Amino acid sequence: MKQLFVFIRKEFYHVFRDKRTLLIMFGLPIAQILLFGYAITSEVKNSHISISDNSRDANTEQLINKIKSSSYFIVDETSLSEQEIENTLKRGNVRCVLVFPPNFGNNLLHSGKAQIQIIADGSDPNTAKTLINYLTAIIADYQQEISPAAVLPYVIVPETRMLYNEEGNGSLNFIPGVMALILMIVCTALTAVAVVKEKELGTMEVLLVSPFKPIFVLISKAVPYLVLSLANFTLIVLLAVFVLNVEIKGSILLLFLVSTLFIITCLSFGLLISNVTSSQQTALLLSIMGMMIPTLIFTGFMFPIENMPWVFQVISNIVPSRWYFLIIKSVMLKGLGFAYIWKEVLVLIVMTLALLGVALKNFKIRLE
Amino acid sequence: MDAVSLKNIHKTYDKGNVIAVDDVSFDVKKGELFGLIGPDGAGKTSIFRILTTVLLADKGSASVAGFDVVKEYRAIRNRVGYMPGKFSLYQDLTIKENLEFFATVFDTSIEENYDLIKNIYDQISPFNDRRAGKLSGGMKQKLALCCALIHKPEVLLLDEPTTGVDAVSRKEFWDMLKDLKQQGITILVSTPYMDEANLCERIALIQNGKILSVETPENIVKAFPVTLYAAKSDNNYKLLTDFRNFDAVASAYASGEYMRIIVKDEHPDSITLLKDYAEKFGNRNVEIKIIAPTIEDNFIWLSQKEANH
Amino acid sequence: MEEKVIICNDLTKQFGDFYAVNKISFDVYKGEVFGFLGANGAGKTTAMRILCGLSYPTSGKASVAGFDVYKQQESIKKNIGYMSQKFSLYENLTVSENIEFFGGIYGVERSEISMRRTDLIERLGLEKEVNKMVGELPLGWKQKLAFSVAIFHQPRIVFLDEPTGGVDPVTRRQFWDMIYEAAAGGITVFVTTHYMDEAEYCNRISIMVDGRIEALDTPENLKKNYSASSMDEVFYQLARGAKRSDN
Repeated sequence: MKQLFVFIRKEFYHVFRDKRTLLIMFGLPIAQILLFGYAITSEVKNSHISISDNSRDANTEQLINKIKSSSYFIVDETSLSEQEIENTLKRGNVRCVLVFPPNFGNNLLHSGKAQIQIIADGSDPNTAKTLINYLTAIIADYQQEISPAAVLPYVIVPETRMLYNEEGNGSLNFIPGVMALILMIVCTALTAVAVVKEKELGTMEVLLVSPFKPIFVLISKAVPYLVLSLANFTLIVLLAVFVLNVEIKGSILLLFLVSTLFIITCLSFGLLISNVTSSQQTALLLSIMGMMIPTLIFTGFMFPIENMPWVFQVISNIVPSRWYFLIIKSVMLKGLGFAYIWKEVLVLIVMTLALLGVALKNFKIRLE
Repeated sequence: MDAVSLKNIHKTYDKGNVIAVDDVSFDVKKGELFGLIGPDGAGKTSIFRILTTVLLADKGSASVAGFDVVKEYRAIRNRVGYMPGKFSLYQDLTIKENLEFFATVFDTSIEENYDLIKNIYDQISPFNDRRAGKLSGGMKQKLALCCALIHKPEVLLLDEPTTGVDAVSRKEFWDMLKDLKQQGITILVSTPYMDEANLCERIALIQNGKILSVETPENIVKAFPVTLYAAKSDNNYKLLTDFRNFDAVASAYASGEYMRIIVKDEHPDSITLLKDYAEKFGNRNVEIKIIAPTIEDNFIWLSQKEANH
Repeated sequence: MEEKVIICNDLTKQFGDFYAVNKISFDVYKGEVFGFLGANGAGKTTAMRILCGLSYPTSGKASVAGFDVYKQQESIKKNIGYMSQKFSLYENLTVSENIEFFGGIYGVERSEISMRRTDLIERLGLEKEVNKMVGELPLGWKQKLAFSVAIFHQPRIVFLDEPTGGVDPVTRRQFWDMIYEAAAGGITVFVTTHYMDEAEYCNRISIMVDGRIEALDTPENLKKNYSASSMDEVFYQLARGAKRSDN
């Protein structure tokens, strides 16, 4: 037991003395979270919008002035023709177009109800949503202003539409996605490299010749990365909660338990890679090809799986991070309990056992 | 009982296409300092790996410290100290950490066998807190030796410990090996450098996976079957080319300051004969003498004989 | 009397307050086999880099093949060849491709390359191996081929870094035959090594200790002056007192 302890301590020395690895391990999540986070949720100010005013009455003018005076919007054009709407959006000059139908003022004053259309560039769904929210708020505000008595209020019904990505998919998806990605990199790549490094140094040969049990070599390599990955995971959760104001709806304990399971999945894969490679470069390349790229493509956090050809959909089933991603989304964002995720958890467990089994079976007590 | 014993060991790689070890047999006696001498690719490392049980031979049997390398590999793993060829320690751990780590792995402590490593360790202990990556080649080598000795092995297996190390450190290293031998440890050491052969008690010359000879260095030199002449002149290259064209010369090759010459038929007046011939072709200041062959000369002789078979 | 192809005068390379090379002066003659020895960390590599036009000295003067090491590095590179034990040829290119590649980067004409290649292959007896990957050749052949490639563009000087370490004695002898042949043909051979048995083959030897040249003479004279029986002993006497070692 003392041997194992000393071995694990040695692994921690390696990790803490290698500034570059540390930087990758802890810098990467911070950078990714902040990058993704701020690109998505930062306040949208001074956004350029255009207006297609087909009514040109007192009401539309008042509303346009109100929008102009807010700090959120810069109105480029007020008399866009319907044909130009799409072109303007396509060119990316404006993020959003506001369309007043003909007789807007008339409808509003006489029937007490008028429609307004907001068309937003959905290719950046989060900005689009924010803009829509701001606009709706301004419109509601105006509604209040013109119907102070509130007996028979004038109602403006904003009809919003997002182009290019109608569901607005992608809002908070990135956090579970980043979690999967980072755990993958840290666990798989770094573990594989740590084992292969011993082969390159020639120390593996000495360890094999020693009475130290080979299986302990793997355990000692895995333990530090398990610990570090959990620390890493905590860091991501903290960043998400306190920096990005993401609310964790489900059980934190459950979140940690399933993440630990996923970490073990990745570690097993890392160990498996280290068994079949003998240079650090190959190990790194294999982890990237074998884990990171599938994670990026097949987990559904960058590209919706439902839109993929069926072959890819089938392939996505064998990517562990896809299941982890589903679990985290359910627990963290939707607040679902274990009853709703047990199937996914079972899939992960089976995958882990399979990977671990193959890794242990292939670990050689001799060189070949 | 022999400390190390190999009997008809064969090892091939790449599905039998590359023959690494070809029917190798030799024994190392208990307490002996035994050298395995041969160029890169001769099969030295494969032999070491078979003996340290990390590689399985295709055919043949071998034992270390009386234990079979296949069946009783666990027993061997406790009893040998091993320095692999490319062994380079943990660069990011200090001297002390490296040593403590290997001590623990072998289930012992630095203090337990301190006597054994004391002489070597004292030379590097002033730098205890320096990381191995920042040590000089000679110091790294001493540390590696300490690590291999930490569990007081019966047999020390050193695969090319002096490759890439400068002459001063090499000399110190061989002195350390002699000390260890005094303490009763059997040492099997490999090297591609023929000049290190004389520092061993017995040597095995190996090439292309085959053992050419197993003998004491003195006997190997004595066994050289012909007279070896050494020659030099103002222009050694011209002299060498001239001798190669001489009917009476069997072979002539460069070897440092003096070239080596072997004549076809031994003759009491060979020196005069060679000298006259050289001067006839305009070589000046020709000096020819009989010289004692070195291990390297023997190696060349033996490997050419092997090639002619 | 003889033409000098390398001239060094008080050549110095300083890194901060560390003198890697400390005022070394020596000349190397045309067609000479010059041994450049030193312990690890003595400054051999730094000095050789300057002479190969890869690094600027801090002070002092030096010229290689008549070109100044400060101003004419490009001309130096065209006139030297280089071979080390660690890197020499591309293992996954064929013999023929390696020759073409190295001939090409030194600007040898196409027609000239194919002519010299045929000649070289014939001399080395590699006719059957022309289209084999270099990685498949035995070490000794690789070594000989590497040397031939290093002098393929007929440089004035060829730098050899521990060229025969680990090679079997028979090949080593053949290798030195090639070196002597090249030297007899007027190519200056500059060998850096810390193996004394390689040193014995050189016409003259310099021994560097702690950034300085402590001895420079023929092997014979060195042994006489230090009353030593072998170069190993000479080296040991000189380098034992070294304060520096590699890091």
